[in-house]
Amino acid sequence: MTPTGRHIPDHLTSPAARALKSWEALLAVVAVAIFILNSMASPYFLDPWNLSDATFNFTEKAMIAFAMAMLIVAGEIDLSVGAIVALASTAMGMAMTAGAGTPLLVAVGLATGLACGAFNGVLVARFGLPSIVVTIGTMSLFRGISYIVLGDGAFTGYPPGFAWFGQGYVVWVITVELVIFTLSALVFGILLHRTSFGRTVQAVGNNATAARFSGIRVDRVRFILFLLTGLMSGIAAICLTSRLGSTRPSIAQGFELEVVTIVVLGGVSILGGSGTIPGVVLAALVMGLVTFGLGLLNVPGIVMSIVVGGLLIGVIAIPRLWTMSRSR
Amino acid sequence: MNALKSREAILALAILALLAAIASRFPAFVAPANLVRVLNDTSPLILLAMGQMIVIMTKCIDLSIAANLALCGMIAALMNGAGVPLPLILVAVIAIGGALGAVNGLLVWKLGIPSIVVTLGTMTIFRGSIFLLTGGAWINAHQMSEGFKALPRAMLLGLPVMTWIMLALVAAIGLMMTRTPLGRAFLAVGGNPHAAVYAGISVGRTQFAAFVLAGALAGLVGYLWVARYAVAYVDIAGGFELDVVAACVIGGIAIAGGAGTVAGAVMGALFLGIVKNALPVVGISPFWQMAISGAAILAAIAFNASRRTPGRIILKPSEVTP
Repeated sequence: MTPTGRHIPDHLTSPAARALKSWEALLAVVAVAIFILNSMASPYFLDPWNLSDATFNFTEKAMIAFAMAMLIVAGEIDLSVGAIVALASTAMGMAMTAGAGTPLLVAVGLATGLACGAFNGVLVARFGLPSIVVTIGTMSLFRGISYIVLGDGAFTGYPPGFAWFGQGYVVWVITVELVIFTLSALVFGILLHRTSFGRTVQAVGNNATAARFSGIRVDRVRFILFLLTGLMSGIAAICLTSRLGSTRPSIAQGFELEVVTIVVLGGVSILGGSGTIPGVVLAALVMGLVTFGLGLLNVPGIVMSIVVGGLLIGVIAIPRLWTMSRSR
Repeated sequence: MNALKSREAILALAILALLAAIASRFPAFVAPANLVRVLNDTSPLILLAMGQMIVIMTKCIDLSIAANLALCGMIAALMNGAGVPLPLILVAVIAIGGALGAVNGLLVWKLGIPSIVVTLGTMTIFRGSIFLLTGGAWINAHQMSEGFKALPRAMLLGLPVMTWIMLALVAAIGLMMTRTPLGRAFLAVGGNPHAAVYAGISVGRTQFAAFVLAGALAGLVGYLWVARYAVAYVDIAGGFELDVVAACVIGGIAIAGGAGTVAGAVMGALFLGIVKNALPVVGISPFWQMAISGAAILAAIAFNASRRTPGRIILKPSEVTP
């Protein structure tokens, strides 16, 4: 073995060169490649209305993924997001049955999401319980409550005005969901990369003890992040319920897998500490394009989930295999 | 006095209290024949909880355990349809289950990917593979041979064979955990990985062994499940991984690794099994079960945390004072 010290660079790499070598650049190339492949594979792909429909494949999950990205950057995880969507949707269904109008339905959806997020947040931040088990437990609890309320039934008959969120268009082919997606991308991008709160999130994820000694209220940061994840799940629940026009207790089943996959595919370290929102946006586009392309090729949903599962493991495994083979 | 304070004693008392509460209204529930039925019904959960317990002890988690079960169960049903003799099917499902576990284990060991991510991914891959194998078709009772379906239900000395298999494996795993180097290694790796390395234990290899064992158990249960319910399809045991984790957490298996007992995991599973079997008896909709397991997980981890002193105790006071 030769004694090799740590490589210390003697000059700065230019920002442009760094950007070119970044994970985000790779994702952008992949997104463009899949876009071109899709347009060659199916003549129906390049239709603006088809593309507009394609965005539904990722908008709702990506909204949650932005908040999840910050949570994972801070070194936590929330596996209960799909269950929060189910519970929020069920709560909206109950409100609808009680005669609530659209504004009240939205309020109920948001409030349920926030309450679920606060519940997770209190258990993790206040009582110091590990977030993986807490959210496995609440995943069962939240969806379980939906099952208690609905059994094998469903809520249908949402008011026509409520359909705007999931089925409405702002202008031409730009859907309401796409606008919500873009706005939340901007908000979370600024929050993570341009505010002091974003810096504290990264500090907590890198070294929670050091962060605490630097005067960061670590538990409060964690609580706020769970609250944000709950809120975004509530917004996703509004969009999804509005788009489907019905609520079943199995709604948004398996969302947690796809949301975590988008986040990890976006280059967020699963161990916490690093990751960017632009990366998550690109990952959402890649996932949306892949699933839509497979859909156009008549690939069944369960086979797509194999692709998603493979992507999740592959994007983490391949860089590690790469560095392992280079260090030999 | 100490024995009374142990987690296992508290859990045993909780189970007795639960049984007493049910018996006060529905005495038939605690009739020996019904208790045997409940025990048999809970056997798959207990067996999977044994595997999950070992994995959790090594600071990992296996969310793919139910999907592994479903895939192996489907393979067993397909092999039976192809006329493969039963002993060979049993060997095959255990080997395939172990191999699927080895995939998880290798990704965790060789690539250092967190187990939660690995098994979240393999969970969907295993379940999707069932669809690829069958195109979504069901295999029903009339497509299975009598011998294939009969084994888990056959009675031996007053207990079904499935219960005997469970009892034998629980005893074997109990011996392994307390009496073999591998069993102690599982605990050592979870308790303090750095110390384990200095004691000459490979952390990755031990975690790998845990995943293989959990996978092999899931493979065996896959056969038992399909043979007992006499049906195999893509979604069998859907969401069962949550019940298995719940059984372990209720049984006092520390989610941070390094602590837990076979007796605890068995009782955690029994607790859930009794609740599940009692719900229809006391007239509560079975749709309550999911929420009850969730609440039980949360109560159990909160309870565990309240009994643990915060922070890691590196040296006990008695060792510091001269």
